[in-house]
Amino acid sequence: MALRWKNTLKPSDVTDESLWLNRRHLLAGMAGAGLMGAAGLPQRAQAQGLAPNSWEDITSYNNFYEFGTGKDDPAKYARQMTISPWSIRIDGMVDKPGDYAIEDILARMQIEERIYRFRCVEAWSMVVPWNGFELADLLDMAGVQANARYVAFETYLNRDEMPGTRYPVLDWPYVEGLRLDEAMHPLTIMASGIYGRDIPAQNGAPLRLVVPWKYGFKSIKSVVRITLTDRQPPTSWNKANPREYGFYSNVNPQVDHPRWSQAQERRIGGGLFASRQPTLMMNGYAQEVASLYKGMDLKAQF
Amino acid sequence: MLRDRLNHALRHVPTWALYICMAVPLPLFFWQGLAGALGPEPIRALEHLYGQVALAYLVASLAITPLRRIWGINLLRFRRAAGVMGFVYVVAHLLVWLVLDIASVTAIWADIVKRPYITVGMAAFLLLLPLAATSTNAAQRRLGPRWGQLHKLAYPAIVLGGLHYVMQSKGWQLQPILWLGAILLLLALRMGRKSRNRRASLG
Repeated sequence: MALRWKNTLKPSDVTDESLWLNRRHLLAGMAGAGLMGAAGLPQRAQAQGLAPNSWEDITSYNNFYEFGTGKDDPAKYARQMTISPWSIRIDGMVDKPGDYAIEDILARMQIEERIYRFRCVEAWSMVVPWNGFELADLLDMAGVQANARYVAFETYLNRDEMPGTRYPVLDWPYVEGLRLDEAMHPLTIMASGIYGRDIPAQNGAPLRLVVPWKYGFKSIKSVVRITLTDRQPPTSWNKANPREYGFYSNVNPQVDHPRWSQAQERRIGGGLFASRQPTLMMNGYAQEVASLYKGMDLKAQF
Repeated sequence: MLRDRLNHALRHVPTWALYICMAVPLPLFFWQGLAGALGPEPIRALEHLYGQVALAYLVASLAITPLRRIWGINLLRFRRAAGVMGFVYVVAHLLVWLVLDIASVTAIWADIVKRPYITVGMAAFLLLLPLAATSTNAAQRRLGPRWGQLHKLAYPAIVLGGLHYVMQSKGWQLQPILWLGAILLLLALRMGRKSRNRRASLG
């Protein structure tokens, strides 16, 4: 196993569950204000600009176009998705291809908490306390063959359960891909939970990819298939509009989306008067991942 | 007949009542944004809501003539209210974008020149400006027949508004395309009528 990512943020950095559940009540009464400052907020995480968003923000403002293009559509309709039983087909250039039941995967993986910034290509962002395991461990379990260069992912598709798939907004099923070294990077995880709970359907239950230095759409949800290949796999948004969405889609404040600036972002949850904040190179993970792209022209290979 | 009864009843509706009804969503949405009822991203939500209401009112103003010609329903008295209130929501939409969303003069100018959907939206706004400025009876009298010609600017303005809506969405979303389709259909109904008239007078 390659070097492991060392999480500098501890579970104690996350807002205590009873506190975030009660946030609205606390905010409603001025009496709560002092309490929040004293004990409620995770001081360390805050110092790094990494105070996690509330459960409510994370689970009510989503892009999951299979359930509709509105931000509230996934929260409304994703519960129709059958997430049990669930298995993931791992195939292509692996030693042990097959259908792996989600329970078997989770039993064999080391679940940890990762508090990551999440930056959407639409210029909004959140901080999410994920629970998950490194994708590298799952790929090691299947045994990646020497000639594999890329990893392709596919989202569940059931037209009866996913009202958004009646319209050709994208070419369904949703597919994504990573270069093998990106997939094996210790920051890249498969998430099965948020705030220590099972991940909700609208966030990509039961298992989704999280690649924190790339725009959110790369972090494919509700994965049913992982294929190791030697060719760069097609990716949904790139197929839909290659001029606007590249294969890499690394967060980069210097490379604008053709229709809007990527230099700034708005952190979700700040209310009607929240201002934008500068977007960080590679979403703040440049130190960890810049070496993956050494010598590449990030403007051309966006 | 139902249509005559409807037209008769409509004559008794004062136009100020329509102005008030059409104005209600403006402070209501803003208050909802403040109160957290527009979801976790209220700025974007408010921007989109004002833009959608603006487009709806402007499309309504466009529908009044075809409605009278095809179904004989006369809403002509209310057309100014629809146009003026549509413009008010365009201004609200623009202000949310300027003040709450971008909030930086240099970034705003960069967006206007660099982003085609914003260029198109701004063009629509500029076309609406002289129409809003001449929406009084006095201006109508002063301009005479030129008033009607000037107010034909509403057609390109509304088409650009619909185009702005289609262009800003990610992927080919259904709703913006339906709105643009409705705008083009309403304009086609006028064109069809006009060319028929021309043919009739030639014959």
